[in-house]
Amino acid sequence: MSDIADKVKKIVVEHLGVDEDKVTENASFIDDLGADSLDTVELVMAFEEEFGIEIPDDAAEKIQTVKDAIDFISANS
Amino acid sequence: MRRVVVTGLGMVSPLANGVNDTWSRLIEGQSGAGQITLFDASEYPCKIACEVPLGDGSNGSFNPDDWMAPKDQRRVDNFILFGMAAGIQAARDAGWEDPGEEECLRTGVMIGAGIGGLKWIADSAVLLHERGHRRISPHFIAGSIINLVSGNVSIKYGYKGPNHAPVTACSTGAHAIGDAARLIALDDADVMLAGGAEASICGIGMAGFSQAKALSTRYNDTPEAASRPWDKGHDGFVMGEGAGVVVLEELEHAKKRGAKIYAEVTGYGMSGDGYHVTAPAPDGNGGFRSMQAALKRAGIDASDLDYINAHGTSTPVGDPIEFGAVKRLLGSAADKVAMSSTKSSIGHLLGAAGAVEAIFCIKSIETGVIPPTLNLHERAEGCEGIDLVPLVAQERKVQAALSNSFGFGGTNASLVVREYNGD
Repeated sequence: MSDIADKVKKIVVEHLGVDEDKVTENASFIDDLGADSLDTVELVMAFEEEFGIEIPDDAAEKIQTVKDAIDFISANS
Repeated sequence: MRRVVVTGLGMVSPLANGVNDTWSRLIEGQSGAGQITLFDASEYPCKIACEVPLGDGSNGSFNPDDWMAPKDQRRVDNFILFGMAAGIQAARDAGWEDPGEEECLRTGVMIGAGIGGLKWIADSAVLLHERGHRRISPHFIAGSIINLVSGNVSIKYGYKGPNHAPVTACSTGAHAIGDAARLIALDDADVMLAGGAEASICGIGMAGFSQAKALSTRYNDTPEAASRPWDKGHDGFVMGEGAGVVVLEELEHAKKRGAKIYAEVTGYGMSGDGYHVTAPAPDGNGGFRSMQAALKRAGIDASDLDYINAHGTSTPVGDPIEFGAVKRLLGSAADKVAMSSTKSSIGHLLGAAGAVEAIFCIKSIETGVIPPTLNLHERAEGCEGIDLVPLVAQERKVQAALSNSFGFGGTNASLVVREYNGD
């Protein structure tokens, strides 16, 4: 779990160019971390690559916070 | 029509990042050519190019981080990165980074490219083939299409005037400056950032131009000697990359705010060859009419010109045709005008060439120095009778300069820039 959380946070920091301490579990990609719709697609792609999973579009739409991503990946990897 | 002056300059070139570092190296006779490092070109017939010198930003090197945040760099092809850097430099130089909301409504951008995000398009095609559509970046389209230099510059500064991007192969930069100047003259805008950007030194770009037999192949071991316009040994152009952007401004607008005025854009001429996709018409009539139209618009005679920055790509087909057209244009004034090709130093920047070379004309007016034609030792047949500024720069008062750009498809553009005397 914590391994997944660390990896997710690292990807978010890298892709959105935000400070690590802002990437809390409740942070929303769009509202808190400055992502736009294209960024969220890119993030989902990065999660897929990192964890070797496929995130279908309808599931991807529901991944709006760091915690959403960690939960989905934990449940599906 | 309203008068248009140049109040800001920006450039990323194979000699250096920045107008001043590029200019000082240019008139020293330095070459930007070298072995290709951007990809493995060892099996290609042309293994050389003029690459932008990357570095930490010191000593004229180009540091991408100085111009776009790393996360934004990943979202654009290099031609957009170069265009942004040149655009930011030009806006800073003109003192036009934060002109206020009202002025932003009257400020536009017209920065084009010849090919655009070729490398990213090629890489994405491979990715699509190997791994399927879900691996294509959501930023791919907006990061590779040509008008996104104009788009990104306008977004950075909030410029809300005309937003446009010409695509006319190697005439793009000249068309952008000429067309943007017209928008100001016609009162569609008061200020325009105009120019071109290109970054096509990649496998598919070099392969394509090689197959069109357009590139130099005889000088792979001596890259600095490869671009040699009008010299007997010319055998094709050397690919370059980079960007050039100028800030164009309505004269009274510039005077009112006390802007530094580099020069006035007085002439702009265009024509089509109507002949062949890659080869210029043998009679040079397209280039001739383009220059003639620019002079007419400028209201000057050919004998009023002091300097011509030629298209001069170093191809055995193109060099003598342009030379012949210029000679015909100048007539009896041929012995008083100097012409050089700065592509001998920086290679051919394709869609950025016309903008970068217009800036060189402006610098020649500002400094009274004409940049040299490197590697011109023995003139090719049919290239006699005009001073081609061989090897060494010349000190010379330049009041009026003309820049030529000719592109695939037979598209020709000529610009005339003049010293601004305060009248």
